[in-house]
Amino acid sequence: MTHHIEELKKFTINKINLSLIGIFIFSVFLFVAISADIISPYGPWERFEPYSSPSSDHLLGTNDMGNDILSELFHGTRVSLIVGFGASIIATAIGILIGLSSGYYRGLVDEILMAITDISLMIPRIPLIIILAALLRPSFVIIMLLIGLLWWPNIARVVRSLTLQIRDSPFILSSKSLGFRDRHIIFSDIIPNIIYIIIPKFMLTIASAMISEASISFLGLGDPTMKSWGMMLNFAFMKGALINEMWWWYLPPGLCIVGVVFSLMIIGFALEEKDNTEEVDE
Amino acid sequence: MGSILEIRELSIVFSTVIGNVYAVNKSSFNLNNNETLALVGETGCGKSVIANSIMRLLPQNAKVSGKIMYKGQDILKMSEKEIEKIRQQEISIVFQNPSMSLNPLQKIGDQISEPLLIHKKMNKKDAFNKSIDLLRTMGFQNPSKTAKMYPHQLSGGMNQRVLLAISMTLNPSIIIADEPTKGLDNILITDMIEEFKTLKRANESSLLIITHDLSVARELSDRIAIMYSGDILEISETESFFNNPLHPYSKILLDSLPERGFNPPKGTSPSMVNIPKGCKFHPRCPYVKKECTEKVPSITSHNGRQVRCYLFL
Repeated sequence: MTHHIEELKKFTINKINLSLIGIFIFSVFLFVAISADIISPYGPWERFEPYSSPSSDHLLGTNDMGNDILSELFHGTRVSLIVGFGASIIATAIGILIGLSSGYYRGLVDEILMAITDISLMIPRIPLIIILAALLRPSFVIIMLLIGLLWWPNIARVVRSLTLQIRDSPFILSSKSLGFRDRHIIFSDIIPNIIYIIIPKFMLTIASAMISEASISFLGLGDPTMKSWGMMLNFAFMKGALINEMWWWYLPPGLCIVGVVFSLMIIGFALEEKDNTEEVDE
Repeated sequence: MGSILEIRELSIVFSTVIGNVYAVNKSSFNLNNNETLALVGETGCGKSVIANSIMRLLPQNAKVSGKIMYKGQDILKMSEKEIEKIRQQEISIVFQNPSMSLNPLQKIGDQISEPLLIHKKMNKKDAFNKSIDLLRTMGFQNPSKTAKMYPHQLSGGMNQRVLLAISMTLNPSIIIADEPTKGLDNILITDMIEEFKTLKRANESSLLIITHDLSVARELSDRIAIMYSGDILEISETESFFNNPLHPYSKILLDSLPERGFNPPKGTSPSMVNIPKGCKFHPRCPYVKKECTEKVPSITSHNGRQVRCYLFL
């Protein structure tokens, strides 16, 4: 038994180390996003010679407008993270609310909410955002809201199916027999048991939102006054960075998106693992 | 001895896709103050349904009629708010499947303190200490360590004891135990019987034990009620029941015990959808008469015991 616990402890520590890597990578991005104004070598709109290769003056070269790509990248972190997180928080909150109510209360509530979810799932999301973004004033707040309001149905579905499964477990019945209210049961029995799915879903939604923001920016419907990674990729593709093998232009924003998503996923999984093995010994 | 729980003409019907399932039919019994009543019957005869109906935990498709009087109030007529006050504070239940009945993500100590925090508004530390005390009462050697563990780190028998500790938190007047010995091996069953005795001594509450294990019923109960296919066939004092069973089904049931020759009853319990006419036991009864196949006998008193059979009318 003690041997087993020792092993379990080692396992936990490894997982925590892994999550530390994730936290480290993510805090680098967070630091960059917060202090973009200070650490950028130049302003993001400052103009130099366009299409120049990486040099000691411009570590990642300059783009078609002559803006320093490294400074663009630093400032883009801010916008991309805000859009990704904001949209994902909105989508996850709506998804949890709808999924939980429909899975827990079932019956008519379930029918109505799931009908709404099914209809929302059928909406072609990117085209709708394109239309709305074209009609409304292009701004990253509106894009964030639109992504958040359109990305919840998947989460709602997953949350509902998990809730249905959990609410029929014997321990929910025994919670009811203890005279607990529905609200208490939802918060102390159901949510902790589905959070391990919600966290990775939340992370994936951040990734998805960041990519969607990039797609919308790519189509020229992004916020022209804001530099995001998506906007950078958009310009890189439009101005032929790929054909001309200017990797320093299109690779960094892509890698940044991958890096943020990767770090968030590690944190998510390590959290889940930690939850399950926490405090084995005293 | 006054009765704390009176069940009168309780009928429970489930409407399902295959038709109406008659789980309990006009059953009546009392649970007296400070008494242990064992409700014994084969699997699927409606024992657990009765337990859940007392707690009002049946699914939506159940139609319940009759009366369940607790301290002069009809539980079936209570509002959701009123029943929430009865659950756990007045009547608590220990479910079968101990390991499944605990939240897998909460520490044992927290699960035991939860009712104290919510119903008694105790502060966290006191509640946790109380839960450690309760674990000690239930025979845990190192309760402060157990309190910090999760259900998956304990065995089924230990989880069962945790559930008993939870059921005791608010000193309820009635504790219902639904198949407390299911899935436990013989040594653990012996332990369990001891723990129920401890629990009764500590709490002065009435106990309703639902089981299919006659030896457990004999060890623990003051009175015994035999159920068959939704009907209560016999209610009597445990000792006189084991010395002289009245109903033919009771006799057959006792003959099925290993120490009495291990003669299991022939045939199977009838389906709850197409119930046989007349006495439900008549297809398997060795003393079957013509009237048995026509009309359900009513339950009658016989030397202070209650029995539902034409032999005693």
